[in-house]
Amino acid sequence: MLTIAGLTKRYAGKHAANSDLALDNVDLVVPKGQLMALIGPSGAGKSTLIRCVNRLVEPSAGRVVLDGSEVTGIGGGALRRARRRMGMIFQEYALVERLTVMENVLSGRLGYVGFWASWARRFPAADIAEAFRLLDRVGLLGLADKRADELSGGQRQRVGICRALIQNPGLLLVDEPTASLDPKTSRQIMRLLVELCAERDLAAIVNIHDVALAQMFVPRIVGLRAGRVVFDGAPDALTPDMLTTIYGEEDWSATIRPVDDDSGDDDA
Amino acid sequence: MPITENKLWRRHTPAGSLIRWVGWLLAVALLVQCWDILNENTIWDFVYDAPAQAADLIGRMFPPRWSVLPSLWSPLWDTINMATLGTLLGVLLGTPVAFLAARNTTPSAAFIRPLALTVIVSSRSINALIWALLLVTVLGPGVLAGIVAIGLRSIGFVGKLLYEAIEEVDNKQVEAIEATGATGPQRLIYAIVPQIMPAFAGIVVYRWDINIRESAVLGLVGAGGIGLQLNASVSRLAWPEVTVIFAAILVTVFISEWVSAQVRQRII
Repeated sequence: MLTIAGLTKRYAGKHAANSDLALDNVDLVVPKGQLMALIGPSGAGKSTLIRCVNRLVEPSAGRVVLDGSEVTGIGGGALRRARRRMGMIFQEYALVERLTVMENVLSGRLGYVGFWASWARRFPAADIAEAFRLLDRVGLLGLADKRADELSGGQRQRVGICRALIQNPGLLLVDEPTASLDPKTSRQIMRLLVELCAERDLAAIVNIHDVALAQMFVPRIVGLRAGRVVFDGAPDALTPDMLTTIYGEEDWSATIRPVDDDSGDDDA
Repeated sequence: MPITENKLWRRHTPAGSLIRWVGWLLAVALLVQCWDILNENTIWDFVYDAPAQAADLIGRMFPPRWSVLPSLWSPLWDTINMATLGTLLGVLLGTPVAFLAARNTTPSAAFIRPLALTVIVSSRSINALIWALLLVTVLGPGVLAGIVAIGLRSIGFVGKLLYEAIEEVDNKQVEAIEATGATGPQRLIYAIVPQIMPAFAGIVVYRWDINIRESAVLGLVGAGGIGLQLNASVSRLAWPEVTVIFAAILVTVFISEWVSAQVRQRII
């Protein structure tokens, strides 16, 4: 599905010597349908990594290959077609606040629709039907004509998920989906993501701060420290020693305590 | 290390204090110098006489000659149309200039942006009255010269305020639209235009409000509207008519002010 090879990102500093190495020769393979969590301290390069995949950030070196075709080094129409196959979900939802829920969801189809049609909001009937199906799936069917800025955090993130899914992607790039949400809504959103990825056989890279939440929902965890992969394995393998390697010295006993799941309440 | 003695803290360094002190000294010196020049160029006898002159003028302005009011409707309507059409012209030309001037939407920061900024600055640096003076020479006297004068002056106003609004948009929303595979123009209409709509509406009605006031005086240089009437009455020393014209302008400005306040309140 997704192959990342030797990916390096160096942000230009004031002097060449202290320019900031955000990603240092990262190799990763994400197979089709796999949900992968990316953990690590702030500034470890998690956000940079997923932004290099869809080229919102330009990598300094290395390759990104999606479904056998190169994403690095392409531009214009080829890059836009590559982006259509990668849905992105953001920490602060990044909905267009003054557009309606429906317009936000349909904006996921912009890569498939011409300029004038999108300007007049004349999307194909199939897109509109799919948008309603997705809104129904995430429980927001009644809010299609509400403006995005009228919604709660959890509702906005559901709209963000719909916008990514309507692209009909093979891969989801998820940047801190729960960092702006309360603990209960966080779990609901994570559960929804896991379910949707399973339903549609989607691969996903999920940047997440909350180690316990990642362990609870995600089968594979990759730890990033100072731009390097320092851990890649199952949640069970994430020992206190390993967390010290990723984050630095701290008492981890409370963090990896198994958290009991409060399944059954999906009403946020 | 414990702090053993009381540390001194001052807001400015000694050098900074000195620079500030010298700055104030220069400002006071400049003020004294200006007063001196003003004093030399004023014939004080006229000034001492001013209250009597003003009383005399006001005496001649009353009672107002309300009978001229019916003949004012047509030039007043011209004035309002001049302002409205001029605003429309300014908005039509100023909006594209704003997009060319904003750092985040300009096609070329090296060539087109400076060009757009030059257009904005030159439009802003010349008062509508001066534009009208020039245009009356070129286009001949009449409303058309007034419309074009108002339009040319408005380009800079609309362009400047709008490009600042464009540069202040939330870039996360733009990124999110970009990540769907949208083209540049689609990014403009989906992520940027919705964000600047309140600012745009505010700018347009505000400029229209200013233009009503400006177009009232454009007649003084022959560009049509109520100003022409005012000029004629002043030339004939028909002060009671001038009073009525003043009253008409005042009421029009009040109404335009009220309309623009209403519109801004509704939209924002």
